[in-house]
Amino acid sequence: MSTSTVTLPSYEDALATYDPVMGLEVHVELGTVTKMFCGCPTAFGADPNTQTCPTCLGLPGALPVVNAKAIESAIRIGLALNCEIAEWCRFARKNYFYPDMPKNFQTSQYDEPIAFNGYLDIEAAGKTWRIEIERAHMEEDTGKSTHVGGATGRIHGAEYSLVDYNRAGIPLIEIVTKPITGTGEHAPEVARAYVAELRELIKALGVSEARMELGQMRCDANVSLRPIGREKFGTRSETKNVNSLRSVERAVTFEIRRHAAVLNAGDTVIQETRHFHENDGTTSPGRVKEEAEDYRYFPEPDLVPVAPARAWVDELRGTLPELPSVRRNRLQAEWGATDHDMQSIQNAGAVDLIVQTVSLGAPADQARKWWMGELARHANEQEVELGDLAITPAQVAELVTLTAAGTLNDKLARQVIVGVLAGEGSPEQVVAARGLAVVSDDGPLLAAIDEAIAKFPDAAEKVRGGNQGPAGQLIGAVMKTTRGQADAARVRELLLERLSG
Amino acid sequence: MSFDGDLTRSTAAALAAAIKGGDVTAAEVTQAHLDRIAKVDEKVHAFLHVDTEGALAKAAEVDAKRARGEQLGPLAGVPLALKDVFTTKGVPTTCGSKMLQGWVPPYDATVTRRLREADVVILGKTNMDEFAMGSSTENSAYGVTHNPWDLSRIPGGSGGGSSASLAAFEAPLAIGTDTGGSIRQPASVTGTVGVKPTYGGVSRYGLVAFSSSLDQGGPCARTVLDAALLHAAIAGHDPMDSTSIDLPVPDVVGAAKLADVKGMRIGVVKQFDGDGYQDGVRQRFHESVDLLRELGATIVEVDCPSFDYALPAYYLIAPSECSSNLARFDAMRYGLRVGDDGVNGVEEVTSLSREAGFGPEVKRRIMLGTYALSSGYYDAYYGSAQQVRTLIMRDFDRAFADVDVLVSPTTPTTAFKIGERADDPMAMYLADLCTIPSNMAGNAGMSIPVGLAPEDGLPVGLQIIAPAMADDRLYRVGSAVEAALNGKWGRPLIQEVPSL
Repeated sequence: MSTSTVTLPSYEDALATYDPVMGLEVHVELGTVTKMFCGCPTAFGADPNTQTCPTCLGLPGALPVVNAKAIESAIRIGLALNCEIAEWCRFARKNYFYPDMPKNFQTSQYDEPIAFNGYLDIEAAGKTWRIEIERAHMEEDTGKSTHVGGATGRIHGAEYSLVDYNRAGIPLIEIVTKPITGTGEHAPEVARAYVAELRELIKALGVSEARMELGQMRCDANVSLRPIGREKFGTRSETKNVNSLRSVERAVTFEIRRHAAVLNAGDTVIQETRHFHENDGTTSPGRVKEEAEDYRYFPEPDLVPVAPARAWVDELRGTLPELPSVRRNRLQAEWGATDHDMQSIQNAGAVDLIVQTVSLGAPADQARKWWMGELARHANEQEVELGDLAITPAQVAELVTLTAAGTLNDKLARQVIVGVLAGEGSPEQVVAARGLAVVSDDGPLLAAIDEAIAKFPDAAEKVRGGNQGPAGQLIGAVMKTTRGQADAARVRELLLERLSG
Repeated sequence: MSFDGDLTRSTAAALAAAIKGGDVTAAEVTQAHLDRIAKVDEKVHAFLHVDTEGALAKAAEVDAKRARGEQLGPLAGVPLALKDVFTTKGVPTTCGSKMLQGWVPPYDATVTRRLREADVVILGKTNMDEFAMGSSTENSAYGVTHNPWDLSRIPGGSGGGSSASLAAFEAPLAIGTDTGGSIRQPASVTGTVGVKPTYGGVSRYGLVAFSSSLDQGGPCARTVLDAALLHAAIAGHDPMDSTSIDLPVPDVVGAAKLADVKGMRIGVVKQFDGDGYQDGVRQRFHESVDLLRELGATIVEVDCPSFDYALPAYYLIAPSECSSNLARFDAMRYGLRVGDDGVNGVEEVTSLSREAGFGPEVKRRIMLGTYALSSGYYDAYYGSAQQVRTLIMRDFDRAFADVDVLVSPTTPTTAFKIGERADDPMAMYLADLCTIPSNMAGNAGMSIPVGLAPEDGLPVGLQIIAPAMADDRLYRVGSAVEAALNGKWGRPLIQEVPSL
């Protein structure tokens, strides 16, 4: 990789000289039952090429018909992003050859997007940022290529490629920001927060599950640098298909450092697409284009213009749910969380997880404590999103119930979490299998206490004499004997009773 | 057989009535046409594929229906020749191109489906210029079709197979598609009737696209009434085609039976006369105008200045759309694949396959269109052409504010010799000079035979143009002229075709 031969400046050094400008393009697969231009189902995970028809296979003669539900979703997204909704707009053909694109043109929108000129307010680094939205337009997804053989999994060097057209024609909304300036050192954080907020919004609208790990939401991050104080933007790179919040942050960070290295060396940044590598957080150049791609856009003659009636748009405006920022404010009040807490929860993608855990009976402070503490630590360790951990809100609620009932103490609960994450079943199942429950029967505890007293007679004597200081040593010994499964408070109670007798 | 006369020389209407009345079976009618094809198609080459089995099966189905006492539709049991640009489930569809050699579609076009539902017997698929690009059928990858009036001449194009099958009495009905004149010009040069319905009047679903905003399927026949019956069978809204018009189909059959132009105002397009028009074509055209006046119509001259730019604008829009529509032929999922030797990559295989699979005219148009759409040229070419299109529509609007229909020669000359224009694309393009404006505007046009040119004895066509969704006016005027001429000649002109 060419980048590994260059020493990158530190992030701080890069930001001391340069001002980053970002542009984020987010593709969202809509959760419609059928595809954008035909009646094929969109369900994920079917056998390859079983959800296809003449239209989405691009067979000769087949024609597209617009999915009204997709238009509705697009308008609702536009409204939620404070966009203007076009009174009249058309689809356009974006012409280029690629085997996973059945017609060798993508039916998209060009200069007449369904929604435009909006914004999304987000929270990052302790303040609110207004991210301006250039446009949100409708298009169809391509098929999915799997390149077999070769080292990289990319088409170059592959022995052969398989194409699954089940994904071809699934409705996509592409949301494009205007250039995001003035974020300085917070650029990666802002990028992440924007994508996170957008994801929350999409989920709240119910138009997509927006699961990045399934490719239902994909981000292309454009980054350029300009010397601090200069007006003119630098040359940008476009890092494609960055598929997690964490990766968005890392990709932007890396690109800032990489651009800085190029500029520091007196070279010019090449305008190109780049691939992000999850394993080491770097990017590498994509397809080298010898000349600028000319997509030869023109209005799609097989479709009629989309002219949403104003009354319908107003009606859709009425269907917008409580927006995530409003909801967050409400939850913050309900949970008694500080701004900082709330932002951490948001950034960790934990809002819904906590809400669900609370809805299953856990007190909010307990739900927050587990998700943002022990579970966040595991997510970090595993380098996955919190929501991708192998534990459900229901299981966390169960864990909370077990601790509240005294069956588990925090230390045991942490071991239970390890068990659940290891796929050993529900918390109750883990408790049973690992024998982790707090020992609540006084019998074994008294035996252990007697053993401790016998082992540390001096300490026992002091406690008898009214000095409770050395009690800790005795309690520690009991806890050790019972492998932490004793309730320390009960042990203390029994010990003092024993030694006062 | 109690049918009075030659089955293959009969009209579709008469055949349907005879089948319904039990005078003849659909199987007999179908077999007669299959026999005729077997006898003459070697000389004409109208068909690329004859579906003997499918045709006879359909005929048997119709006869069984009748035997069960079921109601038969107006064209039940009548044979038809289908242009090879419509998909037919289980029957090869090539579009006259090597690119699709051997491709058997897994689905029926809407037109195909409606024909089947109307119990029409599809005899087979007819020859055409590759992907409907041409005016002579010489651009077919499978050999040229010959004009039954003179086998050394072209049958028109792109639907030359359909028009020739009618003139050769191989089928009483045929389906064509008309992007710039591909139904009307072949009808004109073969002495048959061809109609381009209003754009959106007949579904394009399953019509392999050449130029999406211009393509329109339509009926071809030997009489105006037969064309109307076929028009009624295939037209009407189709939810599978977004550009299909959701309005009732004009009463074309009623209009064809009316045969009356009294009180109609008919415009003669000033631009379609004079230099470049064959004398005999002009003569027959002016006689037709006189005839319309005699029949009670008011004739007015109409000025449509933008029509002068229709041809160049068409040759930007149609190639632009074709360059995109034909991109799907990439050797990945169907059709010809060349160079897949395990070494060549995707791009090489696609490139080699397109090189081998497309003929020169198709390549020419793909290149023209790719250029016209490319950034930096889009406004000057595709953009300007769309503006011309708007001007043409305005000329039509202005004209139709004053007249009910417009008339002109269908094409400037009679059938030219095979090979005569093959190396001169510009000369070939001129064949569609008079028909292109209707495609650009999306309105309706018809060509009917109005006699033979004295100098070469070949058929001349009269073009009638009506506003969008006023297709019935074509049939009203066409049937009136047809009736008057048949009266004058004593029998239909088509009966003058030399026996093959």
